[in-house]
Amino acid sequence: MVIRVRLPAHLRKLAQVTDEVELELEAPVTVAAVLDALETVYPVLRGTIRERGTLERRAFVRYFAGEQDVSHDPPDAPLPAAVAAGQEPFHVVGALAGG
Amino acid sequence: MSGVRVLVGTQKGAFVLTSDGGRDTWEVDGPHFGGWEIYHMAGSPVDPDRIYASQSTSWFGQLIQRSDDGGRNWDPVGNELLYDGVPGTHQWYDGTPHPWEFARVWHLEPSLTDPDTVYAGIEDAALFKSTDGGTSWSELSGLREHGTGSQWQPGAGGLCLHTIVQHPTDDQRMLVAISAAGVFRTDDGGASWRPANTGLSSEVIPDPDADVGHCVHKLALHPSQPETVFMQKHWDVMRSDDGGSSWTEVSGDLPTDFGFVIDVHAHQPETVYVVPIKSDSEHYPIDGALKVYRSRTGGHEWEPLTKGLPQDNAYVNVLRDCLAVDSLDPCGLYVGTTSGDVFGSADEGESWSPIVRGLPRVMSVEVQTLP
Repeated sequence: MVIRVRLPAHLRKLAQVTDEVELELEAPVTVAAVLDALETVYPVLRGTIRERGTLERRAFVRYFAGEQDVSHDPPDAPLPAAVAAGQEPFHVVGALAGG
Repeated sequence: MSGVRVLVGTQKGAFVLTSDGGRDTWEVDGPHFGGWEIYHMAGSPVDPDRIYASQSTSWFGQLIQRSDDGGRNWDPVGNELLYDGVPGTHQWYDGTPHPWEFARVWHLEPSLTDPDTVYAGIEDAALFKSTDGGTSWSELSGLREHGTGSQWQPGAGGLCLHTIVQHPTDDQRMLVAISAAGVFRTDDGGASWRPANTGLSSEVIPDPDADVGHCVHKLALHPSQPETVFMQKHWDVMRSDDGGSSWTEVSGDLPTDFGFVIDVHAHQPETVYVVPIKSDSEHYPIDGALKVYRSRTGGHEWEPLTKGLPQDNAYVNVLRDCLAVDSLDPCGLYVGTTSGDVFGSADEGESWSPIVRGLPRVMSVEVQTLP
């Protein structure tokens, strides 16, 4: 299945992409699986969304499945069906403002 | 004709300034990595086209970028800097134990002999080394684990290893400086370390003459006189003549001995430069007059250098990595300010002019003298 991922501007530039990223994943589609695939295709993103080593979400980054905040969900929990089906994107969002 | 390349790290990107040996007209290239904090950029002394940059934000963490063409193009290299083993704890601001946590790379120091070898000083304080051009990193954990690490406490800017000084001829010797733990020395390539703070006195800590706990801001030495090391501390300008084993104060007649930067003339090992800052609670020059001070006597006697520097309403700071010296003759100096200005002097500091203004907050300035 094709998962759509939206990245914040800095990470799009880093990954040298201009729009949504599409990733091929097998079920189950989880946050961990999406980010594993993202970092495999774009290794420059390692350490920018999840901490190196612990793979914990970076504090100023949040995850959304459509409009649902999944930042605090277990990384191995299945994402909503709409995301898994590619109907809605998985968002990686950086905290707003702050200088 | 020789030229110079000034590497400027700012809060919102990196800039590369180039000029010929005249140092009159400059090309400004940047921002590279726009929007990212560039804590430091440094070029290899043996391959001037090889430059490393520390790129980070609180949002998206740490990247290391490398250029192989003098800063025109960049590629990310390895950013996996993991503490060796279980790092344990250091002290937090309130004296309680606090786990070691990676925050960012404060300083990159390319090897004097190998363009693929580079050291990284990080926050929380530790020293890392790469021997493959930044692709992979390993900690020189002997520093953090030599015995005093659990006592280290951060200063307001964090517990950062911000200065790495390699001995010019003995590649086993190195000094590092940590805020706010002090100076540490290795004589075996980083396997073992010892504090090198004898003679430092800091009234702000419970034991002013403690073995560790001093907030050292910067170190500098001249390669022809490697046993003489100069230090700008959180108050006091200091000097060692035994490779850091002991220190004496040389603040002399400075109007204030608080500051962040210190550097040595390229051809005169007893000529030293500092930028005095009013106090530890007022991080700007006295009366808003930006002055570089020079001593031709290795300290004690200092003269202000002001021609071409703003003497009114220059309430700016010059951060610890923001003074650099080129090796042309006469040597040039470069100063970057928190207001985003980079000033240059082509005559040992006698006169200055702005190279570029209006950059984001300048966090580091290094210069390469090009063949």
